[in-house]
Amino acid sequence: MITETKNTLPKEICDFIDVCLTREHPESYLIAVLHKLQQQFGYLTREHMDEVAQRLHVPASFVSGVATFYHFFRLQPRGKFSISVCLGTACFVKGADKILDAFRAELGVDLAETTKDGLFSLDCTRCLGVCGLAPVVTINDKVYSQVTPQQVPDLINRAKADLETTETKV
Amino acid sequence: MKTIHLTIDDMQVSVPEGTTLMQAAETIGVHIPRLCYLPNLSLEGACRICIVEVAGARTYQASCATKVAEGMIVKTNSPEIRQARRDLVELILDNHPMECQTCDRDGQCELQTLAYSMGVRERLFEGKRKRYEVEDSSFSVIRNSEKCILCRRCVRVCSEVQGVHNLSQLYRGFNTLVAPAHVSPMLESVCINCGQCINVCPTAAFLEKDSTDDVWAALSDPNKHVVVHIAPSIRAAIGEGFGLPAGTPETNRTVTALRRLGFDVVFDTNFGADLTIMEEAHELATRLKSGENLPLITSCSPGWIKFLEHFYPEFIPNTSTCKSPMTMLSVLLKTYYAEKHKLDPKNIYVVSVMPCTAKKFESRRPEHFAPAGYPYTDAVLTTRELVWMIKAYGIDFKHLTPGAFDNPLGFSSGAADIFGTTGGVMEAALRTAAEALTGKPLTELNFTEVRATTGLKEASIKIGDATINVAVANGLNNAKTILEKVKRGEKQFHLIEIMACPGGCIGGGGQPYPSEGRYVLDEEILKLRAGALYNIDEAKNVRKSHENPFVQDLYREYFQHPGSEKAHKLLHTHYTPRSPRGIK
Ligand code: SF4
Ligand code: SF4
Ligand code: FES
Repeated sequence: MITETKNTLPKEICDFIDVCLTREHPESYLIAVLHKLQQQFGYLTREHMDEVAQRLHVPASFVSGVATFYHFFRLQPRGKFSISVCLGTACFVKGADKILDAFRAELGVDLAETTKDGLFSLDCTRCLGVCGLAPVVTINDKVYSQVTPQQVPDLINRAKADLETTETKV
Repeated sequence: MKTIHLTIDDMQVSVPEGTTLMQAAETIGVHIPRLCYLPNLSLEGACRICIVEVAGARTYQASCATKVAEGMIVKTNSPEIRQARRDLVELILDNHPMECQTCDRDGQCELQTLAYSMGVRERLFEGKRKRYEVEDSSFSVIRNSEKCILCRRCVRVCSEVQGVHNLSQLYRGFNTLVAPAHVSPMLESVCINCGQCINVCPTAAFLEKDSTDDVWAALSDPNKHVVVHIAPSIRAAIGEGFGLPAGTPETNRTVTALRRLGFDVVFDTNFGADLTIMEEAHELATRLKSGENLPLITSCSPGWIKFLEHFYPEFIPNTSTCKSPMTMLSVLLKTYYAEKHKLDPKNIYVVSVMPCTAKKFESRRPEHFAPAGYPYTDAVLTTRELVWMIKAYGIDFKHLTPGAFDNPLGFSSGAADIFGTTGGVMEAALRTAAEALTGKPLTELNFTEVRATTGLKEASIKIGDATINVAVANGLNNAKTILEKVKRGEKQFHLIEIMACPGGCIGGGGQPYPSEGRYVLDEEILKLRAGALYNIDEAKNVRKSHENPFVQDLYREYFQHPGSEKAHKLLHTHYTPRSPRGIK
């Protein structure tokens, strides 16, 4: 039986936690610690969260509660294709929520989640400043304008096709 | 303290400052409906069922969380309030399965009772329902989040009383879920299997893992010799399951009921308790002599043992190596008893009835399997499960004639009975250890200084010329307090008794749900149950474990003496640090 948590946290984060421990209410720095972790790794792993719990003396269930409560925290790495639906006012008025729902249904994931095959992650963004093209979806660095829910399956297939061509080239 | 005068439902009320509206209403016989509120736990204010109208306030106020103020005018029962409360209950039901008839808590569910008393007779809203699989990885506690109404009582008891912090509210909004960290299966969590979350849950979102099917099957198997033994605290609480007042001792009718259910032999876990004292007193004497691994900490409570392994592995050397009374007796059944009666231990089916869900886990520890691969305890029933079996079999408990345990493993001293309450193991051990250490018979058998009504008690006991420092803790947050004290070296203790559940086994996670007008963790109930055990003890002729004649026979015939090699092989065990590490 394993008795110790694995030490996988980078040194800067451990040092930061040590500083927090010298302050009043160290547990109140939990979000700050998780924030730093996500900045560095892109998402929070279970091992990292458990080690934060140990070092900061905060129950693991509580860390898990905070990490799952805030939209900001990701618990899975981003997919090869990062899909982002703009929910700015203009896009929203033009039905961005329906596009988001179409992606949800098509991929079987919710916001901030990644498909099991690791290909697609779904996110939303605030106004991208191209309201003339509303509603807007970005997939990695490609921008798609005036998207309709009906086009969603096609967008996904196109991304998959892109992947195949790049892979055959390699 | 200042007295506050207010009006509730047109009645004048005077209560001390700081009282809540709910409490103030209770003093004049007004029971405000509630769901998330539970005395002894922190305030949650989540369900809003307890709302009342306060003159001048813009919105309805949650009476569990609102303090009284001078001149307040409160209405608890206006038509508007009643309607609003009913709407709230209907909204909860809207997201709750409609399967009362097949639910384990049918007839004992707080939500069901509440809905009925609110006059909800049909389901008006039919909306989106949360769907979850039942999580049944644990040997002790199963989680069914579909039935959870998010009152957070379980989260609170697990943190505030047990200090385990296994449960938390995860995700948000409609997807909110109460579960261990990372939604881990309970078996892989720091859960210590105490079952307090089951006790406090108003619905069936937490339940014990059912063992009744296995027991029915064994009872109807002609090739099995089915033996049952019951824990000390069962006799103090089982009556409540049949509507008898708390504190009614029910040793003998329980024996009769077990015989009617078809058990071949009915023994008493108490015998195992006497045996535990023999071994533990010997352990204490040895350690006092050598001065090593003090304080000695008791090991009967499987919730505490798992807590030890997750949270305080540094205290493993201090913890008694004695198996629990349950496991000791089960071991005897498949060794000593089997040999004596020329029975193949594989055909003996041992059922223990326990106040405890953690005993189910204990029975499945690999350490408690015989070398040939079978468990010493085949099935563990909680008090609740036994009550249900007795009812299901059509046995009218109240009209049973008293029966008696079989011998030799059904005879016990009074010291064994008090194992069921906090401080009892300590007192039982002191009775035997004192005589062993001084060589003189005790004049006073009652060590009232360790009889705790609180969660934590310390005492210094004079034994001959020596003084031994003892501590008794129940509820693991209290255990934490005492263990931290030991770590800081603040006081030299010699013996510490730790029980995971509030009040000891009498407050175990498998005991009957409280009857109407009572609540879980009610100190009044715990006192009555403890009282029943102390009375049984007082009434016995033999009140010291070492004077149990059958225990004496057992040592003569089988173990030679406490701490012998054979005793070590069969009656002692070991502990291992466990992952995930608990956070203290
Ligand atoms: S059984 Fe005890 S430790 Fe486990 S989740 Fe329930 S209250 Fe917490
Ligand atoms: S599981 Fe039970 S006690 Fe826990 S929050 Fe849900 S309804 Fe309340
Ligand atoms: S009982 Fe007061 S808010 Fe739940």
